[in-house]
Amino acid sequence: MTAPSKIVADPSQAAAAPLLEVENLHVDFISRAGRTPAVRDVSFGLAPGEVLCILGESGSGKSVTLRALMRLLPQGRSEIRGQVRFQGEDVLKMPRRALNMLRGARISMIFQEPMTALDPVFTIGDQIAETVIRHTGASREKAMARALELLELVRIPSAERRLKAYPHELSGGLRQRAMIAVSLSCYPQLLLADEPTTALDATVQIQILILLKQLQQDLGMGTIFVTHDLGVAAQIADKIAVMYAGRVVEYGSAEEVLLNPSHPYARGMLASTVSGQPRDRDIAAIPGSPPDMRNLPAGCAFAPRCAFATDLCHRSEPGLTQRGAFGHVSCHHVHRLDPPAPAGASVTTL
Amino acid sequence: MMNFFKLTKATVAAPADPRDRGGPRQPMLIARNLRKHFPITGGLLGRTVASVRAVDDVSFAVRKGETLGVVGESGCGKSTLAKLLMHLVPPDSGELIFDGLEVGARDGLRLRDLRRNMQMVFQDSASSLNPRMPIEESVAYGPRVHGMGRAQARAHAISLLEQVGLPARLFAGRYPHELSGGQKQRVNIARALALDPRMLILDEAVSALDKSVEAQVLNLLRRLKAEFNLTYLFISHDLHVVQYISDRVMVMYLGEVVEIGPVERIYASATHPYTRALLASQLHADPRARVTEPPITGDPPNPVNPPGGCRFHTRCPFAETICSQTAPALTPLPAASEHVVACHMADPASGHTRAGAQARPGLVPSAFADTPGPDRTSKEGVRA
Amino acid sequence: MSEMTTNPSLAVPAPGEDVPRGERRSYWGNVRERLRHDPVTLFFMAVIVAAVGTAVLAPWVAPHDPYATSMLARLRPIGTEGHILGTDELGRDMLSRLIWGARTSLLMGILPVVIAVAVGGLLGVIAGFMGGAVNMIVMRTMDVFYAFPSVLLAVAISGTLGGGMGSGLLALTLVFIPSLCRIAETAASQIRSLDFVDAARASGAPVHSIILTHVVGNVLPPVLIYASSLISVSILLAAGLSFLGLGVSPPTADWGQMLSSLRQGIYMQPLVCALPGLAILIVSLSFNLVSDGLRQAMDIKA
Repeated sequence: MTAPSKIVADPSQAAAAPLLEVENLHVDFISRAGRTPAVRDVSFGLAPGEVLCILGESGSGKSVTLRALMRLLPQGRSEIRGQVRFQGEDVLKMPRRALNMLRGARISMIFQEPMTALDPVFTIGDQIAETVIRHTGASREKAMARALELLELVRIPSAERRLKAYPHELSGGLRQRAMIAVSLSCYPQLLLADEPTTALDATVQIQILILLKQLQQDLGMGTIFVTHDLGVAAQIADKIAVMYAGRVVEYGSAEEVLLNPSHPYARGMLASTVSGQPRDRDIAAIPGSPPDMRNLPAGCAFAPRCAFATDLCHRSEPGLTQRGAFGHVSCHHVHRLDPPAPAGASVTTL
Repeated sequence: MMNFFKLTKATVAAPADPRDRGGPRQPMLIARNLRKHFPITGGLLGRTVASVRAVDDVSFAVRKGETLGVVGESGCGKSTLAKLLMHLVPPDSGELIFDGLEVGARDGLRLRDLRRNMQMVFQDSASSLNPRMPIEESVAYGPRVHGMGRAQARAHAISLLEQVGLPARLFAGRYPHELSGGQKQRVNIARALALDPRMLILDEAVSALDKSVEAQVLNLLRRLKAEFNLTYLFISHDLHVVQYISDRVMVMYLGEVVEIGPVERIYASATHPYTRALLASQLHADPRARVTEPPITGDPPNPVNPPGGCRFHTRCPFAETICSQTAPALTPLPAASEHVVACHMADPASGHTRAGAQARPGLVPSAFADTPGPDRTSKEGVRA
Repeated sequence: MSEMTTNPSLAVPAPGEDVPRGERRSYWGNVRERLRHDPVTLFFMAVIVAAVGTAVLAPWVAPHDPYATSMLARLRPIGTEGHILGTDELGRDMLSRLIWGARTSLLMGILPVVIAVAVGGLLGVIAGFMGGAVNMIVMRTMDVFYAFPSVLLAVAISGTLGGGMGSGLLALTLVFIPSLCRIAETAASQIRSLDFVDAARASGAPVHSIILTHVVGNVLPPVLIYASSLISVSILLAAGLSFLGLGVSPPTADWGQMLSSLRQGIYMQPLVCALPGLAILIVSLSFNLVSDGLRQAMDIKA
């Protein structure tokens, strides 16, 4: 592969010690049928207190990337390669026990479906207290007091009563808040969020997003937020990494990526959002569908759907071209493409 | 009988549909006082202890050739409504009138004929196709049931698959597991068209799709609507999609209709506080237009034993005593008779202190004024 | 962004994504393909085929008349000249009796399951698909049968009807119907709630057409998996009934009945007396392992 693998360091990270550095991350799934790549050569960095959104469609490898950071993939059926340095330690080489101390304490995770992530047979209070006790060795009273504090932090009304509630007794929004409370129980430095608002109603989703943004700022947590929704990314992200077929095709600040995208896929995604489209015309949809990961095309994986593709694109995979202060784009023709549409043209204008 | 199945391409040229009965002014579908309560039984004797009031006294009309968008959050009854219209779930009460004929009435329209004229596209593309059947057979099944010969039904299915962008030589023999989500949804659409219906009910038909595929399917739906002379009832929770595709929009909350109006009016000057909150909750792909205060707090209440009076009063920033006492009726706004709202504030005689304020544009309550951006920006887009 | 074409025909996937025609398979095609790559299941399938084949061809394969007794050659050991597997307590050739016994034992193993699949499966599909009162009546009736342990029920039924092969078959069939009915009912009621059934109803299809076209094909895999595991149970139960004298009556050769009558000779020729048991073991084990293989092959999403 000709791709330069080192990415340019974020200058803002050079000052503060980076919280997380991911370099050349690869994930393969192994089955009887063979080896299927899911994540291919992904690199990014995260400073403390920063929010990175990994944006992509289903099968793009965004959730797998997130899980790989915590080594939450099925052992034996998956292989993770590359480097994931969290506060200088390589998570991928860490012994099991150290990893367990990391999980839930310094790094924690929230999921799309709180019903499956919360244990149905324990009360919310018990579940938070258990995490607190496991990681800090606090007494039960202290842990319960902590649980109450956390429920108030995530603004669950009548928190005291909700401590004794079981997950199924809560509404969808409250359940998601409860899961956030569980994940914050040890004040993690890094929060990993896997589409935590996708299953929620619009009026509830916005509440949870605002809450997460506030908590993240107040607690100074670095956050990686996986989503397929451009609107969610716009609402919460400082930086955005757009994934396609297992690779990060565009990486940059939220403004750069959403208002001034370079990669044809990122541009196509933005152009095809329905929001604000004139009603009497077709939407500029990206033709075709994402490739089968078991059978990736040679060259750029987006080439078969790309309006700008040339022979080169079908032959060789593009390297990373630096863009903006720290970002990069993976496209052969990034310099040749006409300057992207003026900021916000495809977005509802302000 | 057989010309019923003929592809309707011809009808595009001729504006008058030969299947039309009631004339252009007769709505395609009228629903009157539809009601469905699902009982919740409990105890040893299986007595009804409560009921989910999924759809409560819902009335509306769908005009010929239009797209009526139906929006609302989970539990608002929009999916039950779709099944009631198709009679997949029998309504407790209420009536349906399809092109002037009452469904199930003695001299009206038989259920079987309603279903031939009105078809449904389901949300979950995974469970909406029989996994053991090649897609071509799934599409041909409806016409076969209605008596079409095997070879003819097959040819019909193949031509429909081509119409929805699935070349038969590549796709006809495939099984659902060999298709992507978007392709399955195209098959669903082809199947719905197989009986040559005049109206399609699209229940969250693009919600499960990835955004780039969603755009393709929306384009397809737009094209088919013109080509097959269709009327759509488009149910979705996504306000962006509804704005793009609908001519008129109906907003539901906890089993009731709270507002119906032309799409421009709903998106530019929504009157019901719930509609306004819903619109203000929309996310936009612009990081400069972040929302910092939630438009409303709390979750939609459980449709089991919903609150009395106006069902929205528990979450409404403008709720007053009257709101918890009497349920507001759907009334047309004086400014635009097309625009119907169920809110005491829109009724000058209701006794609500803000009553009448909303009737005049520009005097809308300002609780949402502190949410900068998105909802206002989208309005400008529509007005322009 | 006008370069992004909106041509509807571009729903066609990128060339790399196409499934080549030769690879395209139906569900059953996939099952067959998976079984072909499962040597264990294939081996035990071969054992079953061999057993069934021998049973069918018994008149030609068996070296002796299975009923020819000989007072002189009683309980001969394995390896005796002319009687490779020895003789039983009445001097009948063991090999011939085992081969003829396979006829009744396999019949008693397979036939009740086949009938029960047809009856129980049909009842279950109807109950599951119709729901409501029909479901209630069918399933509560099944629950009554379910309340008894299967062995007890089989013994009770064939005891009441008086022994003999017919009553044994009937007893076993009745024992298996409830569980198969339940499996079919569960599967059918799950399928009933899927959108493609609603779509079929919405197209105006009558109930019988929906059941035949959409439900049966999807109920069959779980029912077949379960039924294949029932065959070994059936063989064991049939042997048990014969052992207790409630199944096939002597002198008809049947493995269970042979096991029973050879009890007396167990101290003289333990190996010979164990032979019918061994036959039961091999056949029922084979059916079990094949059932496991089928489960793995059929347990696919597609």
